[in-house]
Amino acid sequence: MAKQGVQHHLSVQNMGMTYRMEDGTEVQALEDINFDMYSGDLNVVVGPSGCGKTTLLNILAGFLIQTSGSVTLDGKKIEKPGAERGVVFQKGALFEWLSVYQNAEFGPRMLNKPLEERKQTVMEYLDLVDLAGFRDTPIYNLSGGMQQRVAIVRCLANDPSIMLMDEPLGALDALTREKMQSLILKLWKETGKMIFFITHSVEEAIYLATDLFVMSARPGRIMKRYKLDFCKRGLHEDSRKLKSDPEFIKIREEVLGLIWGMEEETGAHGR
Amino acid sequence: MNQLGYRIKEYLGLGKRDDENMRKTVKFGDPSAVQQGRLYSVISILVVLVIWVIICEMEVVPPLFWPPPQDVIEKFWKIATEGYRGATLFEHILVSLWRVLSGFGLGCLLGIPLGIGMGLSKIVRGSLDPLIELYRPVPPLAYIPIIIIWMGIGDEGKITLLFLATFSIMVINSRAGVKSVTVEKIHAAYSLGANRWQVLWHVILVNALPEIFTGARVAMGVAWGTLVAAEMVAATSGIGWMVLNASRYLRTDIVLMGIIVMGLIGYSIDLLMRLMEKKLIPWKGKI
Repeated sequence: MAKQGVQHHLSVQNMGMTYRMEDGTEVQALEDINFDMYSGDLNVVVGPSGCGKTTLLNILAGFLIQTSGSVTLDGKKIEKPGAERGVVFQKGALFEWLSVYQNAEFGPRMLNKPLEERKQTVMEYLDLVDLAGFRDTPIYNLSGGMQQRVAIVRCLANDPSIMLMDEPLGALDALTREKMQSLILKLWKETGKMIFFITHSVEEAIYLATDLFVMSARPGRIMKRYKLDFCKRGLHEDSRKLKSDPEFIKIREEVLGLIWGMEEETGAHGR
Repeated sequence: MNQLGYRIKEYLGLGKRDDENMRKTVKFGDPSAVQQGRLYSVISILVVLVIWVIICEMEVVPPLFWPPPQDVIEKFWKIATEGYRGATLFEHILVSLWRVLSGFGLGCLLGIPLGIGMGLSKIVRGSLDPLIELYRPVPPLAYIPIIIIWMGIGDEGKITLLFLATFSIMVINSRAGVKSVTVEKIHAAYSLGANRWQVLWHVILVNALPEIFTGARVAMGVAWGTLVAAEMVAATSGIGWMVLNASRYLRTDIVLMGIIVMGLIGYSIDLLMRLMEKKLIPWKGKI
């Protein structure tokens, strides 16, 4: 599989999201969100609980429509979910009645891609994540980490313009999580995809991001942006060493300070 | 021979075990520590049979009240070979099975799509909800006079009754099956490029299968149990009718034989369905 040559562009301009609650009050979930993303970017969003990161992802995925501003991918407005915006959920959302291979080929199959082409694409990706030997295993026989690998392959197999990942490693144990972080970097390098990633873990965010957004508590705004390159180093450096690098630690403490500061202001959980 | 003895011991739970259960200190109250107790199943059946034989030998009650097992077995062979009122036991059973399967089949044919519709559309749900909830609690027996007036005394009436018994169960379970899909799976499917119909067919319906199958198991059991009521609708054959007819002539030995046969067949049907479920829906209960 060749590195994707096509360049994609996601543009979010003056975007806001307001909910009206049952009792008529208005809740501003997101406010004044502006950013642009291109293929090869790995944008990570961190923020206190309830800051709206998942809402933001849902809007980009097309599961929700924003109340103000514009969200476009390659110039087209995002109004509903589509194969060009693949999603990886925290708990996989895999289909338990299908095997690893069948889950992974679901997208291309729905798009009626020819059998041989599907097989080749899917098996290449399964190989890349070391699951080729499990192709016919029912997914309920897999560990959490393996299931998330299948979820990622399922997303990749459709060759999306952007991959949206909603805390994909949140349900994994610490060791598996670290291994998966390295795997995500490897896939990012191999495919050159645009990745939008949400996480609670500041360390994970700094490790993975080319662009890090720190969001404020509700109403969610992008408080601070970082341009980082630990991910590029992470491709060939040991992850533990990297995460203990003084520069890494400095940024980590800064971001944590920001987030904790916000959580204090709004009470324990800014909801 | 040794192999067989060993297998029997295993089956009864008498084999040597050093598994997790043996090492547990808290067994009382731990539901997973309660084994199947197959040894006691075998013992209890034997005890029942022995008591049955003894009571009849001692003539505690007249044979009319409780026929001895020899009579029941004798009647079983007699009716299996010579027949009862023109049809052998096998033919009666076949006729009854045909009625039950037809009623159940129709119940599925109409019940499953409607249940699915109710799970997907507020219009379908709103319209059908009151009708189904009103007719469901009524025992099938109550419909017999209406059915006879409408459909006469042929097989159609009996099949209709059995249909009514199974229909509501299939509707409710199909609806529950449809509603049980997680929204993440639906979102995932749309994000993979599926259109509405693909989501319906490849995700919603497959996800609903376990619940639909459970409904089918329950519905079959209910249908078989409603058989006797159905065969009160002016029948001249069928194993339910045989029991009713024999009771009218106080042939309790035939009645008891019929009851035992019906129980065994009902049990076998359920076992068969459970096997099919394991084969067709292996993911049920996992994840």
